[in-house]
Amino acid sequence: MAKQRVPAIEGWFSMDEGRPALLGTRCSESGTYFFPPENAQSRVPGFAGSTLEEVRLSRTGTLWSYTNAAYQPPEPFVTTTEPFEPFCIAAVELAEEQMVVLGQVVAGIGVEDLEVGMEMELVLDTLYEDDDNAYVVWKWRPSGDHALTDQVRGDPR
Amino acid sequence: MSGRSDKEIAVIGVGMHPWGKWGRWFVEYGVKAISDALDDARLEWRDIQFVAGADTVRNGYPGYVAGATFAQAMGWTGIPISSSYAACASGAQAIQSARAQILAGFCDVALVVGADTTPKGFLAPTKGERQADPDWLRFRLLGATNPTYFGLYARRRMDEFGATEEDFARVKVKNSRAGALNPYARYQKEFTLEEVLASPVVADPLRLLEICATSDGGGALVVSSLDFARRHGVSDPIRITGVSTVTPEFPNTVIEMPNFATDSAAGVAGPGTTFRDSIAAAAYEQAGVGPDDLDLAEVYDLSSALELDWYENIGLCKQGEAERLLRDGDTTLGGRIPVNPSGGLGAFGEAVPAQAIAQVCELVWQLRGQAGPRQVEGAAVGLTVNQGLFGHGSSVIVQR
Repeated sequence: MAKQRVPAIEGWFSMDEGRPALLGTRCSESGTYFFPPENAQSRVPGFAGSTLEEVRLSRTGTLWSYTNAAYQPPEPFVTTTEPFEPFCIAAVELAEEQMVVLGQVVAGIGVEDLEVGMEMELVLDTLYEDDDNAYVVWKWRPSGDHALTDQVRGDPR
Repeated sequence: MSGRSDKEIAVIGVGMHPWGKWGRWFVEYGVKAISDALDDARLEWRDIQFVAGADTVRNGYPGYVAGATFAQAMGWTGIPISSSYAACASGAQAIQSARAQILAGFCDVALVVGADTTPKGFLAPTKGERQADPDWLRFRLLGATNPTYFGLYARRRMDEFGATEEDFARVKVKNSRAGALNPYARYQKEFTLEEVLASPVVADPLRLLEICATSDGGGALVVSSLDFARRHGVSDPIRITGVSTVTPEFPNTVIEMPNFATDSAAGVAGPGTTFRDSIAAAAYEQAGVGPDDLDLAEVYDLSSALELDWYENIGLCKQGEAERLLRDGDTTLGGRIPVNPSGGLGAFGEAVPAQAIAQVCELVWQLRGQAGPRQVEGAAVGLTVNQGLFGHGSSVIVQR
């Protein structure tokens, strides 16, 4: 039986697998976005009385910088492969929101496949599993001309 | 000298326990540093009127109440204490606490101390399941360690300013040469460019030998009012003329540990400078000096690449010129403006609450002309700079 797909954290992203989006909040008076969603009050000084509305953030952005985890991170990171498979981490700049958001890069993409300035797209992917559930998180992957080819998919580095 | 501000304090004693991986209780390192600082100041423990402790969060409750822990270890004398935690900036907060007590007239002479015993490997969050703690969540959801952030900054520098892997390795080589001359450094070994470049990548483009380790160590300062120093026979004391403990201004648009995102700049205009630029700027303003007045600097090389960022953040050169400064040898011992003559974190590894204090110890030895083979000739004005996660600035200016 297929495992239930549940978010690894509640309320940070939508669960539509086709076109997922990060969920943030927006200070309605200043127009400032918050991710992770800020629910207490606007963090813009002087806008404490402004309402916070839930918004879907841009699904694509440009790569501001990137790195990788060449060694297994410590707990509470959950290892899913034995031996550990290095993965990339991307910092992606969203134009509309004027902010940079971190995320893992999907498996199969190495640092040699990445370049500052390239267009990146948000996807959902399994972070780890237990007996009942697959815990899902947002990740970044190159989009447009740099989109994954089947060849790259079948050739994880 | 005329024109001195009434916001200055004197440093009349400094002491350190050598950095290493000794595996003993952190209090031992702090007590050794305190004893050395008291001897250096020609004072007894009973003369101290206030203790400012810098906390460690890796040694249980005694680490959270460092001021009391060290006061008890030295023998209770009934004096007031403070305990400060600000991640890597904890030492600067402790200095600031002691300075405020002295300048407010609550005491004449105070002790500043920080020490740590660190576990092996990556610094990890405290145990437990905390779905609202960004420092816990970054490990769970991203696998983002501290070197992840250093790697992001380093790659950005390569793309924006043409830094190379050799430049980053060159910083490590430079600091290892200085560290080899420092009996308090953990790694007193010179590394070659080839050795650094042959070490394994940890967080691309950064390599194992370019990322600061975690160390055990301890540092202490005896600080006082200028009047106390003179009455005590120190006619022209080394002075702390500026202490910056600033926080970011909204929106903070550079990604910072342990955050998942920067602030958004879509709503309100930014402060015009980055947080890292603002840290030393506040210290310069207090001291009434500028980057051109500096003879040396101790900057927080958590990674070799980060040292290059700091050259620009403290105004040694314009943005994008740090690599030239490095390649020209300006920041090497014997160069125009030596940076990290102590060997920096590259040679020490980080003992979190002691590190900002150790930076000041090095400046004091340099300004007294007591730095031996790593002496910066004629050093009169020095600056330390560092940044603690969760938005803590730290910069201290020391003058003679």
